[in-house]
Amino acid sequence: MDVTLKEQVFEQSSSSGSNAPVAETEEERRLEVATQWQLMWWKFRKHRLAMFSTGILFTYYFVAIFAEFFAPWTRTQYIAEYVYVPPQPIHFFDDGKFDPYVKGLTFERDPRSFKKIWTIDQKSKIEIGLFVKGSEYKIGLHWLPIPYINNLFFTTDRHLIGAKDPTQPMYLMGADKSGRDIFSRLVYSTRISLSVGLVGVALSLTLGISLGGLSGLFGGWIDNIIQRLIEVVMSVPDLPIMLAIAAAVPLDWPIERVYFIITIIIALRSWTGLARVVRGKFLSLREDDFILASRLDGASQGRLIFRHMLPSFYSHIIASLTLALPHMILAETALSFLGLGLRPPAVSWGVMLQDTQKVAVIALYPWLLWPAAAVILVVLAFNFLGDGLRDAADPY
Amino acid sequence: MWQYIARRFTYMVFTVWIISLITFAVIQLPPGDYVTTIVSQMINSGMEDLPPDFEQQIREQYGLDQPMVVQYYKWLRNIIVDGKFGYSFVYRKDAKDIILERLPVSFAISGFSVLFIWAVALPIGIYSAVKQYSLADYLVTFIGFIGLAVPSFLFALVLMFFSYKYMDRAMIGLFSREYETAPWSLNKFLDLVKHLGIPVIIIGTAGTAGLIRTMRANLLDELNKPYVDTARSKGLSERALLWKYPVRHALNPFISTVGWILPSLIAGELIVSVVLNLPTSGPVIYNSLLTQDMYVAAGAILILSSMTVIGTFISDLLLAWLDPRVRLH
Repeated sequence: MDVTLKEQVFEQSSSSGSNAPVAETEEERRLEVATQWQLMWWKFRKHRLAMFSTGILFTYYFVAIFAEFFAPWTRTQYIAEYVYVPPQPIHFFDDGKFDPYVKGLTFERDPRSFKKIWTIDQKSKIEIGLFVKGSEYKIGLHWLPIPYINNLFFTTDRHLIGAKDPTQPMYLMGADKSGRDIFSRLVYSTRISLSVGLVGVALSLTLGISLGGLSGLFGGWIDNIIQRLIEVVMSVPDLPIMLAIAAAVPLDWPIERVYFIITIIIALRSWTGLARVVRGKFLSLREDDFILASRLDGASQGRLIFRHMLPSFYSHIIASLTLALPHMILAETALSFLGLGLRPPAVSWGVMLQDTQKVAVIALYPWLLWPAAAVILVVLAFNFLGDGLRDAADPY
Repeated sequence: MWQYIARRFTYMVFTVWIISLITFAVIQLPPGDYVTTIVSQMINSGMEDLPPDFEQQIREQYGLDQPMVVQYYKWLRNIIVDGKFGYSFVYRKDAKDIILERLPVSFAISGFSVLFIWAVALPIGIYSAVKQYSLADYLVTFIGFIGLAVPSFLFALVLMFFSYKYMDRAMIGLFSREYETAPWSLNKFLDLVKHLGIPVIIIGTAGTAGLIRTMRANLLDELNKPYVDTARSKGLSERALLWKYPVRHALNPFISTVGWILPSLIAGELIVSVVLNLPTSGPVIYNSLLTQDMYVAAGAILILSSMTVIGTFISDLLLAWLDPRVRLH
């Protein structure tokens, strides 16, 4: 499919050059007048997996933004009694009638430790519903530190799904060691895990474009120094150094500061790839005819860079960024998993997975691995999206 | 060629020096040092009547009271001149002994992982390039994507769960019980090789997936070149046609990727070792960072990173030897 598109573009560009009266089909005419971004979109649309991944990622971010609504409970809410409750799957039909419910819970005492071991009670029934009442939360711009604008919010206590009687347990993905709902925590952790990637990408974008740009534009000794720097950063095994820096974060720091430091640590590693892309592009563009033409026209250096050079490879930057995002998400997960990244009460996928470090825990309570599934799915989706974008970045 | 080697060698030494700087600086970052930890531990365990200059005394004893530059200089000098990496406050012995005890296992795992990556990526890469857009090709591409996307420690967790559930055995550790404390012997080595399988697969999967993709792309580029058509039109058999030139051309990444695979292998080895409780340098780094046992952490990080850089250097040389074009750059 890609090949035919390319050939069509190629053919019509050569035919328009030779002025030969070639009968054009509707399709060809459409391609001729299309802008670069339109061509990219058409090409991207053909990458099915990438389109599908876009949908998944939109869902992820939507859930992250409205986490309070999607999560039945808050992220710290717990019922101390329900420790390590197994998942209670939703049953939609009761006696052939649509009436969603989850089965209740029952427990036995472990003969030695006298701890409660919960199992699903096949007989009892807990009715669940949509838009049920729960804890109160705000939706809107209340978190912005700007006066007046942060008054734009409303308060509600409706949650997408939940038990009709809020005192009844509904653990869709089971409970953790202190009786907290894994599903709710998973929804909340989406917010932190995904935003770490975005903030990290913003940081490494700044570093990558400025250093890569300097390197490619000026060349000479500046280029040499920056290239050596990149080589050093790339040849250092990142994890030990990241661990060392993360281990240095004082235990009594507030969550926001830890979050910010962790993001910086992650971004410090990943700007190199982008810097290389940018440098390579600048190097090759510098010699291009259209740059020479505008230089002869008397365009200033700034205009050359921002008006002519950068726009010609926005698409490549976007593709590289999309491929860098999953690495950052994974780095945060790995650090937090080892207990050196974010720490409770912050909740990210890595923080949740901390509980699974011991094999005995996984063997007994495999539902604690749900965050791993969330990580793998989002990383896959980003990879497919990045792949599709990279293909579409050069639609000619 | 000699000029090329000299230049790469200078870069390598420079990189190692930078790494030593970064390592030392990073290890110094945490507020307080090991002495603070000891003192607070002693106070917690009821020894409240410590002499007032107690902290000062230990600091002087270990040279922790001197300025950072002096400490760095002494540290580096000891490593280069005497091969000493300082003293482990936790284990109460030379940091070198602790690191050297674990390092061979780390290298064994990384080395076997590279071999595994090559052994798997070469045939699959060639196959999926030759049979482009076949069902097998799509399958390989898809599995490759998953292999790239699943981080090694999650892979380890999932495998651990399945092995526990279906094989009644948690695959942790690197030795059978009878060999755990035994001195090194041929049998112990064979036992180690048997246990290495799972960690090597876990650590090598991401690298394999990456290399298959590179191999496939490179070989496809080569196969579309006119000289292949020429050779085919002259009646060369498909097999000879494939192996004689295109594959040899496409092999370059196998050498050059060692450079960029090594850092990620070391990182993967570290975290997987923590998860699977393997006696490699990974858990040593992890624990020494947690307990602020700075000389062990610094020494282990420095050695691991330096080995990576040296590995990259060797792969550069190999590449220059294989492909004359590289020398001219």
